[in-house]
Amino acid sequence: MSTKEDDTRDERAGEGASPVTAGGAAKTSRAADGAVATPRAIARTRRRAAFARFRRAYGRDRAGLYGAAILLVAVLAALVAPLITDPSGLDVTRATGAKMAPPSVGFPLGTDESGRSVLLMLLWGARVSLLIGFMSALLSMVIGTVFGIASGHFRGWVSAVLMRVTDWFLVLPALVLALVLAAVLGGGTSTIILAIGVTSWASTARLIRAQTLAVEARPYIERSRALGAGHWHVMTRHVLPNVAPLVLANTTLTVAGAIVTESTLAFLGADSGQVSWGGMLRASYDWGAATSGAWWYVLPPGLCIILVVLAFTLCGRALETVLNPRLRGAS
Amino acid sequence: MSTSTAEPAKAPPHEDHGGARRSLARYALVKLGGALLGIGLVIVATFFLFRLIPGDPTVAYTRDVPVTPDQLALLRRQMGLDRPLGEQFLDFVLRTLRLDLGTSYEYRRPVAELIGERVGPTLLLVGVGLTVAVGLGMWQGTRAAWRHGGRFDRLSTGTALTLWSVPTFWLGLLLLMVLAAGAGPIPGLFPTRGMRDVDAPEGPLYLLHVAHHLVLPCLTLVAVVYAQYLLVMRSSLLDEIGQDYVTTARAKGLRDDDVRRRHAVPNALLPTVTLVFMQIGFVVGGAVSVEFVYSWPGLGLLFVEAIRGPDYAVMQGTFMLVCVAVIVMNTLADVVYHVLDPRVRSA
Repeated sequence: MSTKEDDTRDERAGEGASPVTAGGAAKTSRAADGAVATPRAIARTRRRAAFARFRRAYGRDRAGLYGAAILLVAVLAALVAPLITDPSGLDVTRATGAKMAPPSVGFPLGTDESGRSVLLMLLWGARVSLLIGFMSALLSMVIGTVFGIASGHFRGWVSAVLMRVTDWFLVLPALVLALVLAAVLGGGTSTIILAIGVTSWASTARLIRAQTLAVEARPYIERSRALGAGHWHVMTRHVLPNVAPLVLANTTLTVAGAIVTESTLAFLGADSGQVSWGGMLRASYDWGAATSGAWWYVLPPGLCIILVVLAFTLCGRALETVLNPRLRGAS
Repeated sequence: MSTSTAEPAKAPPHEDHGGARRSLARYALVKLGGALLGIGLVIVATFFLFRLIPGDPTVAYTRDVPVTPDQLALLRRQMGLDRPLGEQFLDFVLRTLRLDLGTSYEYRRPVAELIGERVGPTLLLVGVGLTVAVGLGMWQGTRAAWRHGGRFDRLSTGTALTLWSVPTFWLGLLLLMVLAAGAGPIPGLFPTRGMRDVDAPEGPLYLLHVAHHLVLPCLTLVAVVYAQYLLVMRSSLLDEIGQDYVTTARAKGLRDDDVRRRHAVPNALLPTVTLVFMQIGFVVGGAVSVEFVYSWPGLGLLFVEAIRGPDYAVMQGTFMLVCVAVIVMNTLADVVYHVLDPRVRSA
């Protein structure tokens, strides 16, 4: 059940093509037309068409486009930061500016408590915030998808146990749990990613489970079972492709939440040891920037967080409208 | 949810009362069992989580003190770390059930005692904040739904959603900067930290003094959490507005206010009431940030200070308490919903 032809056949089955003739038709068409109509070529053109359709639908969503534009700028800034700036400016011992100086020509956003440029720290902070946001959302999605599909596919006690664990994580205060995890495992980027990922997957699992139940009620799953498909085959070849769009849209929304959680963790003292937006706000709090009127140290990191979170939310909503068939009908 | 609302006041047949009560009791028992299981899971998870600490609790405990290996071994024996894991676990569970949460490294005092001192301020903050947030959310949600699509609807929903997406601690910093320290022409109106100053007045003035300190933390907490109550109230009231019984109430000539107050709102209230309990975990997370920003002497501040320490015993104790509180609240929500909603009861 793992040859190339099987893969293609199942993709077609998932898309609703006649499953019985698909395999045979692919073989004959390859024999007749040579390289033009191989199953893989058919799949490729279909995929290209689907992608074009997706791009057109997304392009109609103005808010989604704004979100994508903001994201592009943020990601670019994070990527080029090492090329256009010198990381030695982040070193407290080699800081050049005056301490807590208001914005000036040399330091467009002022300086922090040890004379480093706030703008430079913002640029480098984007790297940490985006990296942790992406990675922990990815981890959360993987856990959520596995739990969701498994608890929707299996019946009986397996499902009951998985659901109880999911509910448990859903109920517990995620921030407190993440703080404890980060503190217990010790600082570091990977620890923070782990702490956020492990505590934020429960709602995703619920969503995926509901979709899995809906997919598994369809007749072609029954047909696949009748042909001898096992648990693994049904879950990975039929259910997973069907829940994947939902997962993608949800990931984008999860990244937004993960970035807020990351900055909150850093602010409350569980940081990755690198310059980040939440860490900057913590330092500004510790050095009394808010109470001494150093607005240039308090406002920019917070605004950056809000802007990026907003961008991810807009993109996620747009993806949801495009990819979720139920919402597509409504719009 | 929305199809069976047509007869909100219809009581179950009289002879069915005993059965309904029995089914409620069974439901409550099942939920109670689930809650106990959840709490057990919290205790197990806490035990193993705090075994993940790199090194050994004794290392953390003797961080700044020079100790000989003999002393370390003695301490290890005193803390029971030389016994098998199963025995340690049993001991941990028994001690937790007796509310013996260990001794704080930072304060050199029992954790349970520390927690006892800090519970009051947290209950005050969360209680007042939650009351204001629920009241505000329900009021605005009702108005927004009753004239949905109008200017008030757009304005209130937009404001609530914006405030909701702002990180709690940053909103706290902003309010601290503008309203406590004073920015430009605005003088500092509120104290920047704590629940009381050293020169706090006695008697009834003391309440006013604490209330003055409570304004900013409470405002921050309300601003971040009230959006969800607004949205749920709004959407469940929108569900009700389309129902036949609302049309009937209007058709028989009731005033608009009466239709809303006596017919639609009571039915729309249920989901919001449950949400108050359900979302308590989210509110607790917000309260941790708020307490830290304003140095409010509650459990959240104790917890964050324990992280800086790190003071593992305090962290462990507060973590378990918060988790248990949240689970209890959720179970209460399930049971209360069951009692309040005849539709769920008969199902």
